[in-house]
Amino acid sequence: MDTSPSLLALMSFGHDGWGARFVDGLVVTVEVSLAAYAVSLVFGLLGAGAKLSPYKWLRSIADVYTTLVRALPELLLLLLVYYSGADAIKFLLSFLGDDYEDVEVDPFAAAVMALGFIGGAYMTEVMRGAIQSIPVGQIEAAKACGMSPLLRVRRIILPQMLRFALPGMSNLWLNATKDSSLISVLGSFQDILFMGYRAASTTKHYSYFYTMTALCFLLITLVSMAGIRFLEARVNRGYK
Amino acid sequence: MDTTLKVEDLHKRFGDAEVLKGVSLSANTGDVIAMIGSSGSGKSTLLRCINLLETPNSGRVYVNGELIRMKAMPDGTAKPEDQKQVERIRSKLAMVFQNFNLWSHRTILENVIEAPVHVLGVPKKEAIEKAEALLAKVGIADKRNFYPNHLSGGQQQRAAIARALAMDPSVLLFDEPTSALDPELVGEVLQVMRKLAEEGRTMLVVTHEMGFARDVASQIVFLHKGQIEEQGTPSEVIGHPKSERLKQFLSSTRH
Amino acid sequence: MDESFTFLLSIFPRLLAAVPLTLALTAISGVIGNALAVPVALARLSPNPLLWMPSALYILLMRGTPLLVQTYLIYYGLGEILPGSFIQQTFLWEYLKDGFWYAVFAFSLNTAGYTGEILRGAMSAVPRGEIEAAKAYGMSSGQILWRVTLPRAIQICLPAMSGETILLLKATSLASLITVWDIMGTARQIQKESYRIYEPLIAAGIIYIVTVFILTRLLNGLERRINQHRAAPQSA
Repeated sequence: MDTSPSLLALMSFGHDGWGARFVDGLVVTVEVSLAAYAVSLVFGLLGAGAKLSPYKWLRSIADVYTTLVRALPELLLLLLVYYSGADAIKFLLSFLGDDYEDVEVDPFAAAVMALGFIGGAYMTEVMRGAIQSIPVGQIEAAKACGMSPLLRVRRIILPQMLRFALPGMSNLWLNATKDSSLISVLGSFQDILFMGYRAASTTKHYSYFYTMTALCFLLITLVSMAGIRFLEARVNRGYK
Repeated sequence: MDTTLKVEDLHKRFGDAEVLKGVSLSANTGDVIAMIGSSGSGKSTLLRCINLLETPNSGRVYVNGELIRMKAMPDGTAKPEDQKQVERIRSKLAMVFQNFNLWSHRTILENVIEAPVHVLGVPKKEAIEKAEALLAKVGIADKRNFYPNHLSGGQQQRAAIARALAMDPSVLLFDEPTSALDPELVGEVLQVMRKLAEEGRTMLVVTHEMGFARDVASQIVFLHKGQIEEQGTPSEVIGHPKSERLKQFLSSTRH
Repeated sequence: MDESFTFLLSIFPRLLAAVPLTLALTAISGVIGNALAVPVALARLSPNPLLWMPSALYILLMRGTPLLVQTYLIYYGLGEILPGSFIQQTFLWEYLKDGFWYAVFAFSLNTAGYTGEILRGAMSAVPRGEIEAAKAYGMSSGQILWRVTLPRAIQICLPAMSGETILLLKATSLASLITVWDIMGTARQIQKESYRIYEPLIAAGIIYIVTVFILTRLLNGLERRINQHRAAPQSA
């Protein structure tokens, strides 16, 4: 075992250290998590809307979506959606003409879509539950005021839903940051875990670099938890 | 007559509030002592101090002549010296709670045999036989395999009484046993308690049921602001109250 | 398309043969992890800072970092330390050449953190009166814990725990990344051999869905059995 000064040097920001590359990895992880989370919000809203819609076929699609995603391992889904997502986009582009045949689908976009698709299924359930927690009277009151359905969603349902959905949404954000570590498997991203993997296998200091990797994720979690606490305090103003 | 239970100069504080200000009490075998008083008078706290669910700040409790040994702590509270002694004495002071407190993960029969088997070490077969007899006695033998949540409040409280009897306790402590019941279920529980009193069980009953206190108790204790204001036979206490406070209390409870 | 479908069918036997390994990973890690969750929860609820602080830190570490990182840390980290240690001389070494036991180790520790937190919540939700009754009947604190608090708490958090078990089953697929040939590992193996991306994943996905479905049904049945006191009364 090396002594600790040399281990510290391994994490330095100089030419020989991995410090700077870990910071780069941290940035990639946060970017992917944020983008995937944004996509999951879209899938979640669509999914919740479909689950609560009066049309049976919409509800069925949403049910199949959430049931399948929640029954499949994240890793398997990521690989499946990542590859098929790229193919699907290529396939759609091919209709636009031969010019697009050689287009490489951006791996970042594909990975974000895949992670967002997975997170969206869980987000669907969180949002559905939150919408159903809104007292019926409030929505009826909005109807009675003559609000259009769209206005009701925008002015009454969404703002109220946020309060009920926040705990679940916070949890899903923490999951998104952790699930983002799976993209290291795809080999095209230099996220924290990929950096940790590289650093560990290059230097053979496995436990040291994987501990550093874990600490980076812990840092994200702790910062997120502080942010969540702040948000919850704001959103719950006037309710407690 | 033997003194089954003796309480001497019991004090209990919650923070700055002194809930018991030196209460003394004794019960001989076969006594039924009803403790009455308005809420906040300290009667439930007194009961809970006797089996150390609350730890008194000072004072002495004797059960069958045995003193529960306490040691004073520097902060003015006290602590039992020997937890094993506390557990042994508690097993002789079976308590019936206001909210029944049956263990909801066990059937009625399991509730009744739980403490005899695991605290007293009674063989299971023997405990079951006895439990069945006790359940029959309180009139719910047919409910033995039900879970507490499936019974009415009155049935649950009768099961809780069977659980208490299964310990062969020296004293039965009742903490407002009918206060959480719907009015139409009060009667069936009081009837069981009457039967126990007739059998000569030693009972300490915190209650609001003045009829029960008058007809069944051998002694009534009126507590006011943490002190015993008056005590005596039912005819003395209810028939001829001396203090203004007791007169007031009686007129407010009589309809 | 037809040829693809034939291929899909042809790989099923090989993938199905890996199901016992996935189930073993789930069952062993689940049992060890849930057992470890009890001391974690107890320590977390202790008023003694020497107990609750390490427990809180443990729960934070397990829940605050990705399972994949934990798995790598244990697989590669222990792989760095164990050779040359006394372990190499013991019978354990035979087992430790394989990724399986490293995966079990990682998943168990992780489960202990998640379930520990769930159990902590459930233990504080046990009605005070039932614990008080146990005290009043002379039970010792150990008896109260084993005979009242824990069984009641487990009943309360059973739905959450069966949810965790399903999550664990899915998470075992990460073992494929440390050379364990579970369902996922076998699928990736077939991918490499056949240069086909989708069929192995789809076949594995179908197997996972069916497994999850069956396990969910089993756990629901178990839950109903254990939580009888909430169900409709049976006639005596």
